[in-house]
Amino acid sequence: MEGKVVTMNLVRSHVLICGGTGCTSSGSETLIAEFDAQLKKAGIEDEVSVVKTGCFGLCALGPIVIVYPEGAFYCRIKPADVEELVREHLLKGRIVNRLLYEEATGEREVKPLSEVQFYKKQLRIALRNCGVIDPERIDEYIAFDGYKALGKALTEMSPEQVIETIKKSGLRGRGGAGFPTALKWEFAAKQPKGVKYVCCNADEGDPGAFMDRSVLEGDPHAVIEAMAIAAYAIGSEQGYIYIRAEYPIAVKRLRIAIEQAKEYGLLGNDIFGTGFNFDLDLRLGAGAFVCGEETALMTSIEGHRGEPRPRPPFPAVKGLWAVPTILNNVETYANVPRIILNGAEWFADIGTEKSKGTKVFALGGKINNTGLVEVPMGTTLREIVEEIGGGIPNGKKFKAAQTGGPSGGCIPMELIDTPIDYDSLLSIGAMMGSGGLIVMDEDSCMVDIAKFFLEFTVDESCGKCAPCRIGTKRMYELLEKITSGKGEVSDIENLRTLAGSIKATALCGLGQTAPNPVLSTLRYFEDEYMAHVAEKRCPAGVCKDLLQYTIDKDKCKGCSICAKNCPVGAISGEVKKPYVIDPAVCIKCGVCEGKCPFKAIARK
Amino acid sequence: MVANNTIPFNGTPEQEARLSAVIARHKGARGALIPVLHEAQEIYGYLPIEVQKMVSEGLEVPLAEIYGVVTFYTQFTTKPKGEYKIAVCLGTACYVKGSGDIIDRIKARIGLEVGDCTPDGKFSLDATRCIGACGLAPVMTVNDDVYGRLSLDDIDGILDNYMK
Repeated sequence: MEGKVVTMNLVRSHVLICGGTGCTSSGSETLIAEFDAQLKKAGIEDEVSVVKTGCFGLCALGPIVIVYPEGAFYCRIKPADVEELVREHLLKGRIVNRLLYEEATGEREVKPLSEVQFYKKQLRIALRNCGVIDPERIDEYIAFDGYKALGKALTEMSPEQVIETIKKSGLRGRGGAGFPTALKWEFAAKQPKGVKYVCCNADEGDPGAFMDRSVLEGDPHAVIEAMAIAAYAIGSEQGYIYIRAEYPIAVKRLRIAIEQAKEYGLLGNDIFGTGFNFDLDLRLGAGAFVCGEETALMTSIEGHRGEPRPRPPFPAVKGLWAVPTILNNVETYANVPRIILNGAEWFADIGTEKSKGTKVFALGGKINNTGLVEVPMGTTLREIVEEIGGGIPNGKKFKAAQTGGPSGGCIPMELIDTPIDYDSLLSIGAMMGSGGLIVMDEDSCMVDIAKFFLEFTVDESCGKCAPCRIGTKRMYELLEKITSGKGEVSDIENLRTLAGSIKATALCGLGQTAPNPVLSTLRYFEDEYMAHVAEKRCPAGVCKDLLQYTIDKDKCKGCSICAKNCPVGAISGEVKKPYVIDPAVCIKCGVCEGKCPFKAIARK
Repeated sequence: MVANNTIPFNGTPEQEARLSAVIARHKGARGALIPVLHEAQEIYGYLPIEVQKMVSEGLEVPLAEIYGVVTFYTQFTTKPKGEYKIAVCLGTACYVKGSGDIIDRIKARIGLEVGDCTPDGKFSLDATRCIGACGLAPVMTVNDDVYGRLSLDDIDGILDNYMK
């Protein structure tokens, strides 16, 4: 850092604007430009600092703006609101009440974020800097104790002590299976000296999960720092981050972060003058779910089709380019600097007996507060859905939550009080997975959801082993048969048998877990499968082949709107008399149902 | 494969020069193929057999291996994309909020199957996995424009903007 003068101007107010993918999609870039323009116009651009931060978590209400020192939490801000915010709040010091976050109770007031219902039960360790610092400025990360853990590890701890600390903390992999992180490190460290690699899995493939992306976008240096610590622990000098090409903002911020870390001497040769060298490169994924599997990911970095390899040998012995390699997920790494700084005991105090620390979930689907939440392990699903998530929209009832994406399972209403940790989830046939948590209400068909995931696995199966390539396809065909009304009772048993064989014989984690969505929906919602098969009925009204649209004679006023909008001319009748739908022509697109002003069209 | 393409390959010498520079920069490095293909697709917009041949000769990697890699990863496409690239998110969060119906409506409106491009090169349609904007589900994108919290009634209006 010689010769570098870091200046941070003293300003009276900070305007924090979320620059995560969710809020960027909602227009936060235009908002930043508008703030800059309006502040200039008001002549206070030197007194107020506009900071583009990472994700605040409450993506449903984006774009989000927080103004400090008051801590005013503004939601769904449009460019047209900026002039008022600058004039009233920043110039005159009057909070703009109508734009403040509204609690479910209807109250709008300025209070610390920790007291807002959405944040109250959260504990942010992996996300600690997201929404707090500008991820494109290393100085802000350093101001929040950044790279202090790396300094401590390099100057005060031996590699064995680093591994021991991680081991005592009880940190387990956040990418899915929950393997103890320190064990991987220990295996790799025990290999003979020589070239070794440290890899980061940022190929977040679970559709509906975006925890890792938010960490990379909001706090990229935390991952870089943790990888350097891991490299020191196992004796490696080179790391790779394998990241999805679909995450352009995260890629850009990581590139900036790596550049800045190199400039500051925190990556490269002789870090902190200790003689420790570590360099880091990015590798872009190209859209293959199987590359989240560790051996497939390494094959992909090597430049080939991302097909998995049999284990053993495990990557810690023979990984990337056939040398010892460790691979951890983004969120796992994001916990490491804090553990080194605060100590293993601090971390081990959080969570349950066998699952320590916190877990980040991407809360989505039929829930009010969609977004990102981080809670201590052992928090119940009910707390997440009802208190943090704010419940189900439109007065609908909770039916199930899906965790673990295409490898996971669902948790039904009767188990909503299950504490969320690795072992409780496994015992009820679901899994932690990477942290996607999709809430479903009474309008979701569980057979359809199982089919959705199987379609995904069929699509993403790499084709190397037969159980996965052929078996998942056969399972998908059976589900297709059931949802199209041609199912037989024996199909359900066939599904179970196939699922068992695939689980037992597939080569990699993708295949072994692919039947889970079917097994878990069968376990809790077999009655729904039976309704499809025995009664040719879809209780949730989703499976089109089992539906029929009809017009209620008493409600229909004969306005002819439905007939005009029907794309296939299936509706006929005389004006001012009840219309009828010809089921033989109807393609069940649902347009008429949406257009009818009298709600006379019903789906059965 | 070439026969499937509705638009013939018409790479320019300028594009070829850019690709050669990319190949020269990566040649000899381990694991160079996928980064080169990413950049080649940025230059041409897609990876037809003609481009794969250039990469094969440049990197001295068998064409069969390149074809294997290109067809393995969904990000790589051997078909050209339209002037307006429509992508509908079929991630779980969007799916439970009805993006399956959204994509059906778009298919019907512009007469396209997923993965294809209209003969005039104007529109192409893709189903994407999670783009990470789950808070706005269901979501579609047209080039860089993001449309969130969609309902079926929004589709015609959005497409009309690009029809002119």
